[in-house]
Amino acid sequence: LVFTEEDKYGLYSNLLFKYFLAEGVVCGHDLFVASAKEHPDNILKELPAPLLDDFSRKELGDEAAAVKSEDFQDSMKIAWRYQNLPKIEASPTTYTKFGHYYDVSKKMSPELCQSVKLHSFYLHEELSFEPKMKAWNMNSGYARLLQSIQRIISQEGFDGSDPQKKQRNVLRIGIQSLGSILWGDDVCCSDPPEDPQSLTKFLYVLRGLLRKSLSACIITVPAHLIQNKAIMERVTNLSDMVVGLESFIGSERETNPLYKDYHGLVHVHQIPRLNSLICDVSDTKDLAFRLKRKQLTIERLHLPPDLSDTVSRASKQDLAGSAKLLSSGCGAMAIGKKHLDF
Amino acid sequence: QGKFTLLRDTRTDGSFLVHHFLSFYLRAGCKVCFVALLQSFSHYNVVAQKLGVSLAAAKERGQLVFLEGLKSCLDLLFGEEEQPGQPSPLQFLSTSDLRALFGFVRESLSAGGGDCWKGPVLLLDDLSVLLSLGAAPVAVLDFIHYCRACVCCQLQGNVVVLVHSNEDSEDEENELVVNSLCHHSDLILWAEGLATGFCKDVHGQIKIIKRLSLRQAAEQDLVQIYQYKIQDRNVTFFAPGLSAAVL
Repeated sequence: LVFTEEDKYGLYSNLLFKYFLAEGVVCGHDLFVASAKEHPDNILKELPAPLLDDFSRKELGDEAAAVKSEDFQDSMKIAWRYQNLPKIEASPTTYTKFGHYYDVSKKMSPELCQSVKLHSFYLHEELSFEPKMKAWNMNSGYARLLQSIQRIISQEGFDGSDPQKKQRNVLRIGIQSLGSILWGDDVCCSDPPEDPQSLTKFLYVLRGLLRKSLSACIITVPAHLIQNKAIMERVTNLSDMVVGLESFIGSERETNPLYKDYHGLVHVHQIPRLNSLICDVSDTKDLAFRLKRKQLTIERLHLPPDLSDTVSRASKQDLAGSAKLLSSGCGAMAIGKKHLDF
Repeated sequence: QGKFTLLRDTRTDGSFLVHHFLSFYLRAGCKVCFVALLQSFSHYNVVAQKLGVSLAAAKERGQLVFLEGLKSCLDLLFGEEEQPGQPSPLQFLSTSDLRALFGFVRESLSAGGGDCWKGPVLLLDDLSVLLSLGAAPVAVLDFIHYCRACVCCQLQGNVVVLVHSNEDSEDEENELVVNSLCHHSDLILWAEGLATGFCKDVHGQIKIIKRLSLRQAAEQDLVQIYQYKIQDRNVTFFAPGLSAAVL
């Protein structure tokens, strides 16, 4: 369960969200998109196009084969990428590529989009209230979303309930702007909110669903609007991975010469610790991101040398450690390259 | 026997202590009731196997009673209507009532005469989640009190509970529960992230507080501090400042 705290204007977290979905399309996973803000079809039309040159096209085929031939267990893990890793290392042909690169300036072609099964949930188009949910004691928008997810999981067999289905696939769930007022939850507007436990209960049940099936989920939340910090602490406990994006737009950091190269900072608050006593800790925790014309890059925060009128600076260092960290949620790693590109 | 141990973590993840106690008590031959609210069974199983214990085998021979919170809540919310005589232990999701959970604990640990296990143990991971799921802090404290009365006093067993806390936390309900539990514990194991920040070789420090003042009026609590580093199969402890990386 990847929990992303949105930046103030939602620009970059949206981009991250789209990368997650685009990666799903390219890997052949099914997608489930839920939103109360934008119609999911619109979101899906704007996924970035993958950069498929000859080299990566071959890798795409190999990687897809590797995913399908694996033997998943029934009670599945959320950070399914971690399970992918040992398999990829064992077979040398699929070792080199882990994730794909995308070109933000181009949109993904509709044919590629249609090649996977898409499920969507747009809150304002859903039918209203089913009677059984009254017992749940939860915000009705969240309850409906959970019902919808559970229905898809059991119908499409992601939880292993259909023994005849030989090829098991992964479901990528993306939920946009959870907790905003559009979902009917006032956790972002008032302190104390009327029903502080709806969001946490929702996350708990979602976690149960994810653990029980072959799915991975990314959620974006406008955390800067939530005044009640206690809820953020509880939410952090309930998620596997928590990443916060802080953009420099409109803040005094925009003009700060230290941050002149970057568009924002990435705060990794928590990384998953699944099936093991330890977690994969990287060397550094200071990461920043930058949106170039074609790519979103996340790199180690590198302060420029303090020279008065220089333009050039020393090259940035390798990011193998932090790359693996971020790749568990967003699916891209640059091995042997200097920057982490999506 | 009859001890209440509190596992507490601040700024770091103290779940390695839970894994330790689980495998420790299973190897000692105790009957364990494990209420796992936050992770799935396979997660604990994989780690326990690295530590040398098989949870599946323990479950089969009746030594381990495992309540998988995530799975039970799905059964409760998405499953069929249940029989009236058997309330689900996670009923508090809809009714904010922890009595069913206590009933489950009591039933699983006070089993019949055929048992040959040594003292019963209740292990809870973790208590802070109960607050997120709709239970009031006073209800949580009452629940722990009932568990203690049943397991520690009546059955002469042990209780081990994990909670999260933060020094400048704004979660007052959680802090209330944690502080109250601290006062009532016989032993507190407090895992903290290093105050100086993140370090690769020392993952944190652990404070072991033996609350002798609880049982005897004139005694003082005994506090020991160690630093630790978590590895794949075990955790190494050393005195502060004597990490292998430094020496």
